[in-house]
Parts: sequence; structure tokens; C-alpha cells
Amino acid sequence: MNIFERFMQIDRRWIFLAIGIVVIIPFFFPLGLPVTVTEPVQNLYDALDEIPPNGQPLLLAIDYAPATLPELEPMSLALLRHAFSNDINVAVLTLHPAGYGLAERAMNQVAEEMGQVYGEDYCFLGFRPGLSAVILGLGVNIRNVYPEDAYGTSLNDIPMLDGIRNYDDIPLLITLAGWSAAEAWVLYAHQPYGQDVGAGVTAVMATDLYPFLDTGQLVGLLGGMRGAAEYEGLINHPDAGVRGMDSQSAVHILIIILIVLGNIAYFGARRKKREMERDAA
Amino acid sequence: MRRQFPLALCFIAGLFMAVQYFIPHPTVQDMYERLLIWLQTLLAFAFLLGTVSLVRLHYHKIRHRADDRGYSWVTLLALCLMIGLGFFHSAHHAQGSPFDKMFQNVQVPIEATMFSLLAFYVASAAFRAFRARTLESTLLLVAACIVMLGRVPIGDMIHSSIPAATRWILEVPNLAAKRGIMIGVGLGMMATSLKIILGIERAWMGGGD
Repeated sequence: MNIFERFMQIDRRWIFLAIGIVVIIPFFFPLGLPVTVTEPVQNLYDALDEIPPNGQPLLLAIDYAPATLPELEPMSLALLRHAFSNDINVAVLTLHPAGYGLAERAMNQVAEEMGQVYGEDYCFLGFRPGLSAVILGLGVNIRNVYPEDAYGTSLNDIPMLDGIRNYDDIPLLITLAGWSAAEAWVLYAHQPYGQDVGAGVTAVMATDLYPFLDTGQLVGLLGGMRGAAEYEGLINHPDAGVRGMDSQSAVHILIIILIVLGNIAYFGARRKKREMERDAA
Repeated sequence: MRRQFPLALCFIAGLFMAVQYFIPHPTVQDMYERLLIWLQTLLAFAFLLGTVSLVRLHYHKIRHRADDRGYSWVTLLALCLMIGLGFFHSAHHAQGSPFDKMFQNVQVPIEATMFSLLAFYVASAAFRAFRARTLESTLLLVAACIVMLGRVPIGDMIHSSIPAATRWILEVPNLAAKRGIMIGVGLGMMATSLKIILGIERAWMGGGD
């Protein structure tokens, strides 16, 4: 076995160790890499920024599960901070059963931090099963789908929802999802009802949504932790997204180095093998 | 009759949902509104079905003393514990309740950790399997490296053209491929829906025909 073949057989635990080290180190010694803002993120920021204060609410669908929390929670915190700092009312809901606790967690954290009042500045509608049926139902009448909020208060008794009936009264809807919910909101809220939809999704899912951006079916898009970091930059509140960018940069570089080394070893081993076969012949 | 009735029901409901989109009459819209409420009610039963199915599967494993029945015990005990905390604790949805504590301190970190492990496996797989063996695999490899660099701030610092190249990859070849796939899927969905509405495709009724 030559040196290239030995390198290709390296124990994968060394690779795991290297990844672990490059993820952890930037958290203790931040590099502070600058994050430039891309067009889809700027467009979403502008769309939210244009909502008039203390009027019709932003509908925020926190449709993620704990698995995608590290990528998507920074987005929900940044969006809520932006909305509350502009005095924009926010109605939160979730279409994922595990999203209930996560929506509450993000909503309560930012509401407490910014002194928002439940029912006047924000409310939580809770979870309803039946993805497409719920989205279509909200277009007819929100009260058919959610007669009460998550805590049993009738929607008629929530001041910020006075006069809010369906998508006609929602200036912008943003979904944060690690599954096909973002696509469903476009298909069932934008297409039949003309609702403006923005999305925040995991980095691997972002490529799936580019066709909707190009056609204007999505007003803006946050892709992965980078999207969250860009949004945090726009609202001048660096948080988990910006912190995670250093680690993500380091890991991406390491993976590229591993790919290059793997290829060098592969072609080196192949050349050696051919030379040996030629010598033997 | 056992076959004709569901087929007729499917035909009428399917046709109505397709046609109502073009008829803004209040009667039709009222019926549409009612159907959506029925649909949500029906879909809520999927959770019950899922729970029953999960319990039956793991009960079967425990009863037949399968090798991995330990996991089945954990699953069923966790299920009973969470249902119990949800049903029998008066303020189960309040922050800091036992249900919330179990969710935030057990389920959230476990799921997030499982998903985070992907980074380790992706790195290992990239080292072992991402080879420039053919023109196609070389193109894929180069595109992947550019996008990986272009999606992190260090890519901007290495060269300003890297983010631009990333955008081009995402907005031109990626978009073209995705659109092709989406149009294909859309046409397939339409064809399958028509087959179901017209009773040509009957697998949904069970029985294997």
C-alpha cells in the first residue's frame, strides 16, 4: 500500500475531529468576517419595512422543527426584532406540530426583550394540522381555521386582529421552514389569493425556491444561516447568525481542502497502480 | 355499491374543487368554505392514525421479543410520558411546565444534534467519494466548491467574483434544472389527479386494483 492509498484509508474519526475543532474554535476566537447583503435578503427586509406601523399584521409562520432550529431560529428572532422595532403587529402561527414550542420560544423571547404586549402587538394562533387545507382556509376566513388563539382567547377579543378577516388584510406573510411548507404557502396562498409571501429556509432548501424568486412568487428569501446573518446585519443586531458565519466559513474551507486532498490521493494512487502494472508487464 | 359510492364521491368532490376556482358565486364559495373545514377535521385524524400505528408496531416488537425491543420500550414510554404531561397537567402549554421542559430540554437538543451530525458525515463522504472521475462529476465538484465558498463570507474575501459566480450557478443552471423538474412534477400531478377523479387510478381505495 503506497502513501496515497494509505491516505485514502484514513480513519474517518480524524475527519470528524478536524470538523469538530474548526466548528468550535471560531466561537472562542471570532474572526468577525464581514457579511455582505444579497438581493433576496434585501428584498425581504424592504417588504417588511414597508408595512405600516400599528396596522395590519405581519403573518409569521414558524414552520420549523427542532432539527433545523440552529439555522432557522436566528431568522425568526431577527424578523421579530425588525417588526417590533417598527411597531409592526405580528400574528404567529405554525403548521408543524413541533413548531408550537419553538414559535412560543422565539416570540416570547423577543417580545420580552422589546416590551411588547400580547394581543395588542403580537399574538400566537398556534398549530393546525392539514397543510394545504389550513393555508387555503386562511384565505377564506382566518376565524374558520383559528376561532381562538393558542391560549383559548377568541380572535374577536384580540385587539390587533380587529377587522382582520383573510389574506386581503395581511400585507406580508413570511414562512420559516425546513420542509416543503414554503412551497405550499406559495402554491396555496400566493397563487389563488395573491398574498405576498417571503420565506426563510435551510441552506440546502434554498436552491429549490429560486424559481419562485425569479417569477416574483416570493418577495424575498433567507437561505440558511447566511441569510440570517445578512438580516441581522440589516437590523444592526448581530446574533447567532453572524456568530455562526465564522464556523461555517471554516467548515466549508475544510471540506474543500478535504475534497482536493481526496482527489490528489485518488489520482496519485491510480498513477502508482498503473506504473506498477506497467513494470510488472 | 361498495366500490361505486367512493368512486362517485371522489369524482364529485374532485370536480367541484377544480371547478369552484372559476365560479365566484356565493353558494359555490360557501360550499368550498365548508369543504375546507371538513378537510381540516379529517386531516386531524391522521395524527390519531399515526399514533395508533406507532403503538401497534412497537407493541408487536415487544410482544414478539424482537432483538431491538429496547428501543420500542423507550419509544412507547416517551410517548406515554408526553401524552400524560400534555393531557393531565393543567397548564401544559405554559412556559416552564413539565411538558415544555421535556420539549425544550430533551427533544430540541436531541433533534438539533442529530441534524448537526450531517456536517461530519458530509465532510467524510466528500473526502472519500467526491472524485473528478468524469467530465460530469468534475463539473459537479467545481460547482459545489464555488457555491460552498460563495455562500460564506470568506468567499467574498478570497475574490469578489466568487459570490457572483455562485449567484450565476444558482440563478441560471440551477433555476433551469429546477424549472424543468417542477414542470414535469406539475404535469404528473395533473395527470394523476385526473386519473383519480375519473376513476382510472383506484389504488387509493385499497384492495390492490
